[in-house]
Amino acid sequence: MKNLLQLKGIVKEFPGVRALDYVDMNVAEGEIHALVGENGAGKSTLMNILSGVYPHGTYEGEVIYDGEVCRFATIRDSEKKGIVIIHQELALVPYMTIAENMFLGNERGSAFNLDWNETYAKAGEYLKMVGLKESSHTLIKDIGVGKQQLTEIAKALAKNVRLLILDEPTASLNENDSQKLLEMLLQFKSQGMTSILISHKLSEVSQVADRITVLRDGRTIETLTKGTDDLSEERIIKGMVGREMTSRYPARTPHVGEVLLEVRSWTVHHELYEERKVCENVNISVRRGEVVGISGLMGSGRTELGMSIFGKSYGQNIQGTLLLNGQEVHLNSVREAINNKLAYATEDRKGNGLVLTEAIRINTTLANLSKVSCMKHLDMDLERRVAQEFREKLRVKCSSVEQPVGNLSGGNQQKVLLSKWMFTEPDVLILDEPSRGIDVGAKYEIYKIINDLVAEGKAVLMISSEMPEILGMCDRIYVMCEGRVVAELPREEASQEAIMACILKAS
Amino acid sequence: MKKALEILKKNPMLIALVFVMLFFHIWIVMTGRGSLFAPRNITNLISQNGYVIILATGMLLCILTGGNIDLSVGSMVCLVAALGATLIVKWNNNFLGIQGNVYTSIALCLLLGILLGAIQAYWIAYVRIPAFIVTLAGMLAYRGLALILLNAQTISPMPAEFTGYFGSFLPGASSAGSRLQISLITGAIICAVVVAVQLYSRVSKIRKNYDVENVRWMWARLVVICAVIIGSFYSFGKDRGIPVVLILLGVVVLTYYYYTAKTVPGRYLYAMGGNEKAAKLSGINTNGVLFFAYANMGFLAAVAALVCMARFNSAFPTLGQSYELDAIGACFIGGASAYGGIGTVGGTLIGTVFMGVLNNGMSILGINANWQQVVKGAVLLTAVVFDVLSKKRKGGA
Repeated sequence: MKNLLQLKGIVKEFPGVRALDYVDMNVAEGEIHALVGENGAGKSTLMNILSGVYPHGTYEGEVIYDGEVCRFATIRDSEKKGIVIIHQELALVPYMTIAENMFLGNERGSAFNLDWNETYAKAGEYLKMVGLKESSHTLIKDIGVGKQQLTEIAKALAKNVRLLILDEPTASLNENDSQKLLEMLLQFKSQGMTSILISHKLSEVSQVADRITVLRDGRTIETLTKGTDDLSEERIIKGMVGREMTSRYPARTPHVGEVLLEVRSWTVHHELYEERKVCENVNISVRRGEVVGISGLMGSGRTELGMSIFGKSYGQNIQGTLLLNGQEVHLNSVREAINNKLAYATEDRKGNGLVLTEAIRINTTLANLSKVSCMKHLDMDLERRVAQEFREKLRVKCSSVEQPVGNLSGGNQQKVLLSKWMFTEPDVLILDEPSRGIDVGAKYEIYKIINDLVAEGKAVLMISSEMPEILGMCDRIYVMCEGRVVAELPREEASQEAIMACILKAS
Repeated sequence: MKKALEILKKNPMLIALVFVMLFFHIWIVMTGRGSLFAPRNITNLISQNGYVIILATGMLLCILTGGNIDLSVGSMVCLVAALGATLIVKWNNNFLGIQGNVYTSIALCLLLGILLGAIQAYWIAYVRIPAFIVTLAGMLAYRGLALILLNAQTISPMPAEFTGYFGSFLPGASSAGSRLQISLITGAIICAVVVAVQLYSRVSKIRKNYDVENVRWMWARLVVICAVIIGSFYSFGKDRGIPVVLILLGVVVLTYYYYTAKTVPGRYLYAMGGNEKAAKLSGINTNGVLFFAYANMGFLAAVAALVCMARFNSAFPTLGQSYELDAIGACFIGGASAYGGIGTVGGTLIGTVFMGVLNNGMSILGINANWQQVVKGAVLLTAVVFDVLSKKRKGGA
């Protein structure tokens, strides 16, 4: 069969990290090609290159589509060729109708005279093709997420798509809707359309894919073909995680003490949709001197759990018992949580963690200003000394502590965020994705800091999407899936296969 | 020379202010209309802009919380002044049957300001209605209440016992010679305090082993500051004496400078404006911070109202109209960020004086009032564009 798409030797670098390292991939005309890999393996980056989100020139290698080398500068260029990507986060405007969304950026009629009759008529046709029984006049906000996903697909069809890329299309769908969507993909295939499916749900992948390309750490590991290779979930997992474990994690001998943090029957409801439970009946504990990991896919409720423990900074209608040092506590605000020696370092350091316009000094002390002030009067000299100490201890690379944190690299920002929470002198630190988006060297330093913290007798609860990191750092691992803790694995029993198996079994 | 460029880069508005002052001065002298730096004009500049400085200081706090503005300040000024004038002039300091004096009336005015601010602050901070909408509503409603209270008429004149506190000059009745003497002595004392504070901070820094600036630069700066102070007080002495309102302005500016730059709640203002989510997750009561900023705006609007009543010797229905725009403009010219988290009291002061000199200079030159507006608009836009572009080039956040 003829290749519709060839990716040859794609290299993409971000500051300090090589996201793609000579990736090759061939997609044949008329097939469903699955792309699998862990979080951070480079799947989305690769698709962003293919669709022109990262323009030509920002990466190395060749994109050959339909026999010619392509140099997409924008998404529009790739869409003109019939390559359409549907992102995991749906790009629909809530207060517009289905039809308006479907032709957004691809309007019917002329620029100064939109043809609404044609818009709504055409929209109706495409809706029929995807089997969505809704009026094209319905507002997007009024239909469920499954139907929104179908709208996205109809939108792609309206662009005369030849190569459809779906990034985790079923992540937010229930079983029934997922099956419908997969059947539709098979139907499109029979009509000659080519699609690339990115998915964590390996059962779906083995169900519909003709070929599977496995990415790991930005490299192509293998391509499995239906008929010749074994496409079972176990086989795919092996390809995804079969990594050599070198000493990417500093050694530590655990000295585990008494229980510092315990959470019993913890249930949290979604911040906006009260009926939706983001954490359900969670029971976890963390001991002194212990690093405990929480593993799970994105959206499994890990961050929500961490934030709800931290002074109810997320969610509503939170039920359950929280014990610190064996004492039951009710933490109703972040301030109370900090005063009870709890700290939470966010996964989103730019959005939720740091004031980017302010200096390192100001960020370092922000959560504990009472320690550098007297009767509300700030002692700036003391503050500078504190920031200076942390800068040296954590080896933050900067010109001075007066430098705005917005100008620092990701790794150094993360260190400032850690400084800020270490300065509150917590007993228990909840670290949410402590090494997200930082390079390998800085990761190692962060891990060393974590080891030092537990050596001092603190307890660390580490939330991470990177399984090797969880396995390399943690003494005990909780696996979360859809808001519940589905497994607790001691270090000895934990492996990537075991964690994946727990998640797959539960979902 | 390099250092001089650095100072220029750090304080572009201050340099611009000096240039604008010199520009107007030369133009005024050349057209034979006196001098921008004439003693009477210096005093005028202060009494014309006193209320703007007070309002802009409060507005800065609102802008810092996240680029929000308070549109109702003009109406708050009018309503407070209406109450004040009614109380003092019409009711003879008798409030609801309780006989007070001018002090209780002033206190009532301040209380009313805090109340007006707090009402808006509640909706903004705890219900999270956009400040723009809440204060737009306040702008309409408070103006209406003021008109009702004034019965759409002017109340005047204010008694001397009131104007004495906000609109008079020190020392009161004395000969021109002793007035100049006392003025100069006061100026000298202030200079001495400024120098002492600078020296003390330098010494304490050296003792704790911190970096200090070049000693020559410190003295150069002190000489310039002292020259400005002595010059101003010389002008006061030559004219009618030290304006009482200057003391009030000094207290307001210093208090809020200290509050924003050196205190914990001040730091919270900047943190909230820089990244509200991060502030919240650092244990900061962001609702409380927001409430304070807007309630405080009401308080400062009341202070400004007292100053205005004394200056105009009356309360009238159009009092305070478009004052909010003067205050907002001064903040942005002074380098505050429209997104919040950036801006200083010092910058706002410079912004206010800049606008004041512009107004004053153009009036002396007899430029058509309509054109004055055009120039002010252009200056405001230029200042903000300049600010945004200079930050972009630096590549900062």
